[in-house]
Amino acid sequence: MTEILALNHVTFAYPSEDPTPRNAVEDVSFSVNEGEWIAIVGHNGSGKSTIAKLMNGLLYPQQGDVRFMRDVLSDENLWDVRSQMGMVFQNPDNQFVGATVQDDVAFALENNGIPYEVMVERVHEALAQVKMEDFLDHEPHHLSGGQKQRVAIAGALALRPKLLILDEATSMLDPQGRMEVLQTVQQLRAETGLTVISITHDLEEAILADRLLFMNGGKKFATGTPNEIFALGDELIELGLDLPFAMKLSRLLKAEGVALNGQNMTEEELVNDLWTSNFNA
Amino acid sequence: MDIELQRVGFSYAAGTPFEKRALYEVDFKIDSGTYQAIIGHTGSGKSTVLQHFNGLLKPTEGQVDIGDYRITAGKKAKNLKEVRQYVGIVFQFPEHQLFEETVLKDIMFGPLNFGVSKEDAEARARELITLVGLPTEVLEKSPFDLSGGQMRRVAIAGVLAMKPDVIVLDEPTAGLDPRGQKEIMDMFYTLHKEEGLTTILVTHSMEDAARYADDIIIMHDGKNVLRGTPRDIFADAATLRGYRLEPPRIVRFQEKVEKLLGHPLDTVCLTEEELAKSVAKHLPKERGK
Repeated sequence: MTEILALNHVTFAYPSEDPTPRNAVEDVSFSVNEGEWIAIVGHNGSGKSTIAKLMNGLLYPQQGDVRFMRDVLSDENLWDVRSQMGMVFQNPDNQFVGATVQDDVAFALENNGIPYEVMVERVHEALAQVKMEDFLDHEPHHLSGGQKQRVAIAGALALRPKLLILDEATSMLDPQGRMEVLQTVQQLRAETGLTVISITHDLEEAILADRLLFMNGGKKFATGTPNEIFALGDELIELGLDLPFAMKLSRLLKAEGVALNGQNMTEEELVNDLWTSNFNA
Repeated sequence: MDIELQRVGFSYAAGTPFEKRALYEVDFKIDSGTYQAIIGHTGSGKSTVLQHFNGLLKPTEGQVDIGDYRITAGKKAKNLKEVRQYVGIVFQFPEHQLFEETVLKDIMFGPLNFGVSKEDAEARARELITLVGLPTEVLEKSPFDLSGGQMRRVAIAGVLAMKPDVIVLDEPTAGLDPRGQKEIMDMFYTLHKEEGLTTILVTHSMEDAARYADDIIIMHDGKNVLRGTPRDIFADAATLRGYRLEPPRIVRFQEKVEKLLGHPLDTVCLTEEELAKSVAKHLPKERGK
């Protein structure tokens, strides 16, 4: 397994007039291997956005270090590292610079001095990957929220990054837009084995990840597979998250005396469980 | 305070080459004291409609009645300031509108502008900060030192400080974590009940519409196309899908359960609790456990 990104005992506090400021991130360690999808979850103010900024060098830790491909992130390698790290942010309207979809996707390539012919090819390829190739000459602000975020993903992909970071990239979208974006990411992973870190409080998005990093009060509260993390049950709710829909319903059904075997993270699991536990004796 | 739209049409940049039609013959009445949801796909016109509820936009056709005030297309509107005192709008990401040095000053800003005395405005702010679930110490802080969820609550307190009769909520929970979402929605529901407010929720969350609203209006392509109780609206999934809307997750899951059972449940369930009870009733009794 190749390690792509690692945080080693990272601590960070924002500058404050308070003589003993609260650490926004405190002694957090975790690593991401090539091809993994990691979701960082936690309530508002749990430190997850600060971690995103530490990962791409917008902030530097006061203690510990952040390593990308085993190199400690510093002012010397920052630009090189960022060119291998694609980021998509929360607000689809704040990240467009180009007048057309293809100009926008080409922007980062131009900045990185990619020759014109290669650029054209990469732009087409990246837009095809997110199924937006029919929108080359469209104006970005006329697209739907989901389409805008897919173009933003294409902009990140055009640089052929090692890692794609989604910083609450679906939280401002309507349900359909959210589905479009998540399907795009799933499909990219299946086709290219892209490494993904998604920072989210949407549990249905978190379920799709291989592993979760669950943040609370700036500290790492737990890590594990979605199954392991969601087995925490009430603890999750106390810490400002919720349970996925199917799990919540499973608990209510059990409380009503309905026979069920598993904790059922997805609807499919719950329907199957209802069937095997109640009909298929 | 009733709000009634009669054959309302609206075009952005009317009379210019950039004219863009957003509303066509919108016609509905929202009765005083109702919890009204307005839902629609992105671009359906719901955000344009909401700006007619306090005269931020004036119709280019038809008329809008807000209580005793009438705003008619083509006529100069009078006393709009008063109307805006009665109808408070909580816009999307209202925390972007915070600007004062302290939370207290920010909440007092609206009432002071409408001629409320300093003492009264301050008393109101102190009352409201507790109501929106924040500790009173926050009043002396800069709004920009607060977390996103806290800033949202301060902004909401600023709207409530106007003592509106009608409160219009435009995607009030966007960007909040699950607990924050539930707290904010429960807070508005309590206010709605206790203060006898008329609440208008503009949203794409079918779940919130199902859980809180008395009545739902569906907007599609700039028109109001469907209206009914949440149960009636969500019973007809096919029609909803025709308007590019999906019924709430709970209703979609009920469809799957009904397929498994081979027959429909008694009623369309709007909450997880309701569905669990209904399924328990319809399943074969536990086998010898």
